[in-house]
Amino acid sequence: MATDVIMPQMGESIFEGTITKWLKKPGEKVERDEPLFEISTDKVDAEIPSPAAGVLKEIKVSEGQTVPIQTVVGVIDGAGSAVASAPAPARQEKQEPARVEARERADEKPAPASAPTRAEAAKADAQQPASAPQAAPRPLAATGASAPPQRPGTEKVRSSPLVRRLAKENNIDLTQVPGTGAGGRVSKKDILSAMEGGAAGRQAPAASYASPAQRPAAAPPPPPSGAQAHALLETAVPRERMYFGNYSVEPMSVMRQKIADHMVMSKRVSPHVYSIDEADVTNLVKLRNQKKEEFERTTGSKLTFMPFFIRAAVEGLRAFPTVNSSVDGTNIVFHRECNIGIAVALDWGLIVPVVKNAEEKNFLGLQRAINDLAERARSKRLKPEEVQEGTFSITNPGVFGGLMGLPVISQPNVAILGLGTIEKRPVVVDDAIAIRSMVYLTLSYDHRVVDGAIAHQFMGKIKHFLENWTESIL
Amino acid sequence: MESLPITDNTCWVVDAGFMAYRPAFELQRRLVAARKAGTVPDVLLLCEHPHVITLGRNGRLEHLLASEHLLRQMNVEFHSTDRGGDITYHGPGQIVGYPILNLAAIRRDVAWYVRQLEQVMIRATAEFGIEAGRKAGMTGVWIEASADGDQPATVEKLAAIGVHLSRWVTSHGFAYNVSTDLRYFDLIVPCGIQGKRATSLEALLGRAVHREEVVPRLLRHFAAVLGREMRPVLLGWLEETLHEHEQAREVPVHAAP
Repeated sequence: MATDVIMPQMGESIFEGTITKWLKKPGEKVERDEPLFEISTDKVDAEIPSPAAGVLKEIKVSEGQTVPIQTVVGVIDGAGSAVASAPAPARQEKQEPARVEARERADEKPAPASAPTRAEAAKADAQQPASAPQAAPRPLAATGASAPPQRPGTEKVRSSPLVRRLAKENNIDLTQVPGTGAGGRVSKKDILSAMEGGAAGRQAPAASYASPAQRPAAAPPPPPSGAQAHALLETAVPRERMYFGNYSVEPMSVMRQKIADHMVMSKRVSPHVYSIDEADVTNLVKLRNQKKEEFERTTGSKLTFMPFFIRAAVEGLRAFPTVNSSVDGTNIVFHRECNIGIAVALDWGLIVPVVKNAEEKNFLGLQRAINDLAERARSKRLKPEEVQEGTFSITNPGVFGGLMGLPVISQPNVAILGLGTIEKRPVVVDDAIAIRSMVYLTLSYDHRVVDGAIAHQFMGKIKHFLENWTESIL
Repeated sequence: MESLPITDNTCWVVDAGFMAYRPAFELQRRLVAARKAGTVPDVLLLCEHPHVITLGRNGRLEHLLASEHLLRQMNVEFHSTDRGGDITYHGPGQIVGYPILNLAAIRRDVAWYVRQLEQVMIRATAEFGIEAGRKAGMTGVWIEASADGDQPATVEKLAAIGVHLSRWVTSHGFAYNVSTDLRYFDLIVPCGIQGKRATSLEALLGRAVHREEVVPRLLRHFAAVLGREMRPVLLGWLEETLHEHEQAREVPVHAAP
């Protein structure tokens, strides 16, 4: 059985469409719902799925031509299509909600006996979702592209209430209007054409359209599928010089690209300066060793060093608010809250969840917040707002054994504290060499607003707070 | 995130920030597939592209005024793409919005949809005290400057629109100039319309305007005009969600288009 392919109506006020591209050639097999051709109207480009499975027998409207809706643009011969399996429609039907059709149909007269039943029509629509509701997939008359189809000799004129109203208001005899809709239905477009005195289904002149040449991207030999040239991810050497010997190429994940973008942006926006200090945390190590089991037993949370550092950082931020700020052009935004971002390493990247209002939390509250955020970061259950609105950040390269690290500022912060590994070192105490638990503290800060004097005083405050810890942790 | 309720009009909002054209295009392709399969609700993807010139399906190459050599020198990428519309430029300072909506569930009318996108941007612009409007036959958001002394009346384009539709699922979308470097538009005939210049919110207001001032306004009006309930989600999370569904469907993730 041959099936006509029609130009669908893509909107109420759209009465014609331009075929921009046939995705199949005559003689080629096509599955039902497989994209068959592309049309464009105004600023919209749409792929139109095939109404049936079979072989594209004929293209009646070539690329670049503009024709009225409902025009037959091609014919599919379904003869050899018995084998064609159509796995897609089942899913399609499910997700195409019927309520739109229902609403549109409510305006229309009950379907005449010869027309598909409502259920069939809904199904047909689902199978051919891109066509207008009136466009039944089974045309009743073979029609040419250049001539509007003649209405079969029906007694009553099929039309919608809107069309009848328009006809009445404009004194138009509907029986005299050639209907181009399904089953000879007089569509809104027909009545509008009649009102203009023009013949429905006029053939629009073929646009002087030249298919745009597919310009090859100016690319060096290896295809840059994932590693697409990127303004920020610029390459330091010509790309040709990266591909040599044995190699494999993998596209960056989006998260990786985001991290890369953020780092490049941060380094570009903020002139980074680094200060390094060290703190004697022998007492904290002792305290933690003493209280570890009790803490875990009574609170159910593991006791880590991070809350000590957050507490110390909050003290520092309160004393030096500039470190807890953001830069907006020539303004400095001083944040009243201390929202501390904690860098969490993931197998697939890095994320910085934020402990909000750290200044209001006690030690246990901080420990719980950190554990919760880190756990959910690793199980991908963070909410967007939980990685936003940080005012300062802490990263802990020491956890991987790093003596110290010089981190990149997480924007829009102006500073980030890096924690080295805590290890026993010989240090001079009261002119004697002692074995103490030491940690390197590094601060990367934005020199636009934070000067070395402030940075070192800030670090001094943290150091002092850590070395003279007095707060109870339970 | 699993606890987020998804209703019929839920629209996830992902602000991807700075993202090159190709990855954004690829992400859209995956979102469209997921939207068709019903594994994600409507999604509005926001981003900002590095310098790139894109040519729509109906575009004409002669509207590209710069040579390939110059583009490379200026670090401007070039892509042919499958959206509607002619040639356009994207770059830093421009908010690019890619709504992946199932129009079948909203309204099956592409002309209506394009008008709504215009409406969203017209309303957002109005919040800055600037009256933007439409030009018949020229999709986009336009600013009319009345004749002033020797200066004749002009019409400048603030935002461009180009849409692709597949089974009523939309992709591509709009590009709104916040603080775009307008000189880059000299490389092309914007949207193929001769003699019309582009403008930006910053140029119109005569002050620095940040993307962050504009995005929430666009989102609010997008929600109101298109009847969506906006839900911000993280890009990484969206990625993982798509990935999981793609694995489940055994669809190759990086299949060539």
